[in-house]
Amino acid sequence: MTDDHEEANYMHVFYWLGALTVLEIGVIYLPLAKLTIGILLVLMAIAKASLVGLYFMHLRYEKPTLGMVALTPLLICTLLIFALIPDLTATPHQSSAQTTEGHTGSTSQ
Amino acid sequence: MWIFLAGDAMTFGALLAGYGALRAGSIDWPDPAIVLGIPLTAFMTFLLICSSLTMVKSLSAIKHGDSRGMRNYMLLTILGGVIFLGCQAYEWTHLINAGLGFSSNPYGNDLFGATFFAITGFHGCHVTAGVIYLVCIFVQGERGRYSAENCNSVEILGLYWHFVDLVWIMVFTFVYLL
Repeated sequence: MTDDHEEANYMHVFYWLGALTVLEIGVIYLPLAKLTIGILLVLMAIAKASLVGLYFMHLRYEKPTLGMVALTPLLICTLLIFALIPDLTATPHQSSAQTTEGHTGSTSQ
Repeated sequence: MWIFLAGDAMTFGALLAGYGALRAGSIDWPDPAIVLGIPLTAFMTFLLICSSLTMVKSLSAIKHGDSRGMRNYMLLTILGGVIFLGCQAYEWTHLINAGLGFSSNPYGNDLFGATFFAITGFHGCHVTAGVIYLVCIFVQGERGRYSAENCNSVEILGLYWHFVDLVWIMVFTFVYLL
């Protein structure tokens, strides 16, 4: 639980969250490279999640230990993404209908 | 609650990582911005952000001894959650009628439908549980159970609700926009 602390200006946080959401939607229509758009979107999502965590969930005013608890899933999921990378280099897959057709074709040959 | 949320975050993280791996390994993954309705989900995102604001205002009110303010803001939070679920039901109905299912997708790879329904469905279950949780605490509030000195339950409820909002921020970015 949080101790008594000075409350954040929740309306400011709300305005930032709203503005970032509008920016996110705007970014997908910009004539930029897909990678650039992806990086911008992920950065904005992290910024929004941080605002919610730090101010709405009061992590900013909590003990650092609780911050570590909150960051653990992020660390584990990052490791999971790296663990999945070898799979990405495997043969690309497509929808089952097309795959079935492919198998049928090779059997009849 | 923090330990539960950390565990839950890992589940969502694993789902999103799995989604990313399947998408990256697919050659016919459809463009989500074309298949899914961005304006509706942008509205749903805005709705959850608004409900997070009303939730934090609800806690702030009871911390200042304003029980009526707490209940009013909580009622707005419940309303936000219910409208969100209504929008999700509308979106799902529309997509299912268009042929998108767990094992069918007229727009490309079948796994798109499976991952989409699994992730948004899992999140929708959390919102539903959150709305029920909110109603329970609201009823307790109506009975005068909470005060400035006794508001831990409201704070814990707030943590859960903000977490649901935080997860949606990630789902919105990774499933709808990217």
